[in-house]
Amino acid sequence: MTVHGTPGASPGCGSDTPCNVPTGNVTPLLHEVRHALERWLDAGEEYAIDLRGIPMAPGEEDQLLGTLGEGEVRADLSLTGKTEVVETRFPAVWLVTHYNADDTIIGRFIEVCEMPAILTSQAEDARAGLEFLENLLSENNLQ
Amino acid sequence: MKKDQTLGETLRQQGVSRRSFLKFCATTASLMALPPSMIPVIAATLEKARRPSVIWLSFQECTGCTESITRSSSASIEDLIFNAISLDYHHTLQAASGSAAEEARDTAMQENHGKYILVVDGSIPAENNGYSTIAGISNVDMLKEAAAGAAAIVAVGSCSSFGGIPHANPNPTGAVSVSDLIKDKPIVNVPGCPPIPAVITGVLVQFLTFGLPELDHLGRPKAFYGQSIHDRCYRRPFYDKGLFADTFDDEGARKGWCLYKLGCKGPTTYNACATEKWNDGTSFPIQAGHPCLGCSEPDFWDAGSFYRSLSTPTENIGKTAIYAAAGGLLAGAIVGSALRGRKQSAVKAHQRVTIDDLDKES
Repeated sequence: MTVHGTPGASPGCGSDTPCNVPTGNVTPLLHEVRHALERWLDAGEEYAIDLRGIPMAPGEEDQLLGTLGEGEVRADLSLTGKTEVVETRFPAVWLVTHYNADDTIIGRFIEVCEMPAILTSQAEDARAGLEFLENLLSENNLQ
Repeated sequence: MKKDQTLGETLRQQGVSRRSFLKFCATTASLMALPPSMIPVIAATLEKARRPSVIWLSFQECTGCTESITRSSSASIEDLIFNAISLDYHHTLQAASGSAAEEARDTAMQENHGKYILVVDGSIPAENNGYSTIAGISNVDMLKEAAAGAAAIVAVGSCSSFGGIPHANPNPTGAVSVSDLIKDKPIVNVPGCPPIPAVITGVLVQFLTFGLPELDHLGRPKAFYGQSIHDRCYRRPFYDKGLFADTFDDEGARKGWCLYKLGCKGPTTYNACATEKWNDGTSFPIQAGHPCLGCSEPDFWDAGSFYRSLSTPTENIGKTAIYAAAGGLLAGAIVGSALRGRKQSAVKAHQRVTIDDLDKES
């Protein structure tokens, strides 16, 4: 397996393409993840990085995502547009990608936590679900 | 849908799940360049927010700003119109026309007096009202009437923020910005030609969530206009290494080097293009190989050729100006005359920054 993140290595970029001088943001981001993972293990402190606001040269985001890789868990959520939640090959480091209805990425976060909040069941939805179940049982005389 | 409903109530009524709401809050935080730790705060605030009435006035404009916002994919226009705001008047988007449209505006202004958000795109002809009228009402009168009952004004686009292209020399209509005419209301300038769609919607959502955003010296929200294009540009490392494209078809251009020498205004332009990008985050002008025109800065159209590089200052103009103020009008006139002479000399002796200059500075 190719380990991305080697200084100067930009997959898909040759000497005559625009991405042969990276912004240099990939390696600091990986160190930020490392520090966050240490804090989560030591103190349970959750952390998130918004990838949208970080300048990346063409190819660098692929380099970052390639290094994070994919681990044991993948979940696709059907919300207003899909959302992908993937545990990277580093347990407790998650990649959460939000899409709009046109399948365009509208947000991407690295989260360091036990499980991203968007995956957990929500009390408000559960209350509505309980009401629905009660009505269902009542309508069908199953009380 | 009741107007006094909270956003949370509206969403639940429409069957929008809490997860979808959290997703909206996460992408909104990202849009407003807020740290992810603010997502729970946004969720709590937005849930209790009430849908404000929005009146959108279009004056001397090209409809590019409306085109831009209708292409927004982050917080879609549908989200904004149906969930977050009540868009009560927009003469391009609304179904009503003629007197029915103006009645809708009057009704919204009366029912929401002191509470509605007034959005304006386009500049206002101040010298001759006949240049632009809507339903027989001059732009100046309509703006002043609508501004009187507004809680705040959002000037969308460079035309309403700074005068824009209609204001360009020789400015035949006497075009001015909203802030040139309205002095007693909070005004948020969202310049750009057009502004990035996500920035327009982001400002509206920011207003809904946290109230008036923090503004820079030109009235622009710092969340989106706080950093220069140059500082966020992925080509910045080429600038730092002194690697520039000299023409549009040389080796530097092909390798994607810095476009500074081709007139890029990135160092003096404050906007979010380098991070938000255009066409659903696909690219932005510099990534497509064209210098930044500086369209979110005042008078960008009159700042000389788009393809002339920014030059380094050759004199201490600031010190001269201080002497002029201290010396009174006569001295000011003399120094002003001297400045004009120096400006002409500077144009003749125009100095361009070279790679050697950059090496000396670094």
